[in-house]
Amino acid sequence: MRTMRRLLATPEGATGFAVLALLVLVALLAPVLSPGDPLRIAGRALTAPFSDPAFPLGTDRLGRDVLAGLIHGACTSLAVGLAAAAAALAFGLCVGLAAGFAGGRVDEALMRVVDAFQIVPGFLLALAFVSVVGPSVPVVVLAIALGAWADPARLTRAEVLSVRERDYVAAARVAGMHPAEIAFREILPNVLPPVLALSAIIVAAAILTEAALSFLGLGDPNTVTWGSMIAEGRNVLRSSPWLSIFPGIALVVTVVGVYLLGEGLTRALSGRREEA
Amino acid sequence: MNRALRLIARRALASIPVLLIVVVLAFLLLEMAAGDAVDAYLLSIGGGDATVAQSLRAAYGLDQSMPARLWLYLTSLARLDLGWSVAFGRPVRDLIVERLPNTLLLMGSATALSFGLGSALGILAGARPGSFRDRALSTASLVLYAIPSFWLGLVLSIVFAVQLRWLPTSGIETIASGRTGLARAADIAAHLALPVGTLALIYTALFLRVMRAGMAEVWSMDFVLFARSKGLSRARIVLRHVARNALLPLVTMLGLQAARMIGGSVVIESIFAIPGFGRLAQEAVGGRDTALLTGIIVTSAVLVIAVNLAVDIVYALLDPRVGASERGA
Repeated sequence: MRTMRRLLATPEGATGFAVLALLVLVALLAPVLSPGDPLRIAGRALTAPFSDPAFPLGTDRLGRDVLAGLIHGACTSLAVGLAAAAAALAFGLCVGLAAGFAGGRVDEALMRVVDAFQIVPGFLLALAFVSVVGPSVPVVVLAIALGAWADPARLTRAEVLSVRERDYVAAARVAGMHPAEIAFREILPNVLPPVLALSAIIVAAAILTEAALSFLGLGDPNTVTWGSMIAEGRNVLRSSPWLSIFPGIALVVTVVGVYLLGEGLTRALSGRREEA
Repeated sequence: MNRALRLIARRALASIPVLLIVVVLAFLLLEMAAGDAVDAYLLSIGGGDATVAQSLRAAYGLDQSMPARLWLYLTSLARLDLGWSVAFGRPVRDLIVERLPNTLLLMGSATALSFGLGSALGILAGARPGSFRDRALSTASLVLYAIPSFWLGLVLSIVFAVQLRWLPTSGIETIASGRTGLARAADIAAHLALPVGTLALIYTALFLRVMRAGMAEVWSMDFVLFARSKGLSRARIVLRHVARNALLPLVTMLGLQAARMIGGSVVIESIFAIPGFGRLAQEAVGGRDTALLTGIIVTSAVLVIAVNLAVDIVYALLDPRVGASERGA
């Protein structure tokens, strides 16, 4: 709770929080704000924005409402971005914890795997994974997480190594705590803050990767995403550039919000550390 | 020089097991895909009956167990044989060798441009941390870095290619123009201006941020205080003492970003229709060509390792402390 107050005290944190809170609200209220399937044909094709009050942002090539697409796209973007980042962080934390805590050969082997995932371009890996397994929301989430877990794993391991030899860990060991209990109860809470500071960058990257995948036509074909809207608008880029411009602006606003929140969080957490 | 060579030899050796893991990953991906190389080959020549498929599988060892197939894959990779592309009906290696120079040209120009611009702007921002100029540049770079590259590319091409008609929208050169020498180079430069500009803008934001953060850190160090107490001019402190020390993390960043840059080339090349490595990946996806895709993944891993080795060399040349104690970094 204190961290939250500190976060909102920084200008970055407050702005980022406001932007994201608004987006989450829009995403949650999507069925109320714009009822019905956003992929249905709603009106005349290629209505210009700000010309018809029924479609404030106009319609696309097939007559689908652009505003409805943006609202429902917020839902997909945030859900996929957050789920992929959460999966990547959770897996990275576990691998980093295991490597740093076990040490020796286990550490060596796990870190070589982490190396391998760091030198393969994450986007290519995601692209290949989706194309082999077939596009659907869970597959896209998994594919993005596959290319993103290595960084948190490496960071967690480094943090574990710096915490492992502290006196309170030795004390827990002497007290006969199970190694798994030491790892999760004693080490994990102290390792978490720096990894959480990294999480904003991972969420932002996940949202951008999802957009790029669906831009290339590898998103779930049955859900509307900002990336697929940009790709769809690209077909009439010369005559109706707004179709690609609006979803792009939505993406930029979202990612800026995530970055700002992340900077605020880093400041709030470092403030807490200085105090301690 | 001897010191740098030893360091590089050690790094190169250390990357062999990592590369092996990448190859196993690529193999698993191939195994997950529906159909094997024989199915793909038969499809590309217009089909064949089951006995043909059977004999082909036996001839190429594809009817063997999974470990045996993995061994087969490893040995063929060791001979630099990356397999057969169904989508193009050609060896994967030839395709990659053909496409790679375009991507390297694109990446190289964008990196050089953004490295120079980003470090210069980073010095401007970091010269006085907390000043208006610093905050303006930091905010601008934050927004710029949040822009998806494919969207920025589209917007820039709407402005410069569709509205203003200054630059071509796609391709790497005018087809069958018959140009040679300097005229051809100018033609390629005009075609690459938009994609290079798009990538360079986004990477400039990144380098600016890293440079600025590095400088903010160096300002608080004792030797800067000492330089100030000596009465050195501010410009001299900024350039000779602070910026110089903040440049090293920037070089490290180049290596860390190599993988991301190759990944980013996929969308940029697809937007500007540049026949490069990244577009090849998209075409492989479109043609359900898993052999080509895995070949691209393995090649890009080798590329990233090479870039990181180059960064290590530069680092060793810039910083005499590296490798001096042979402890390994």
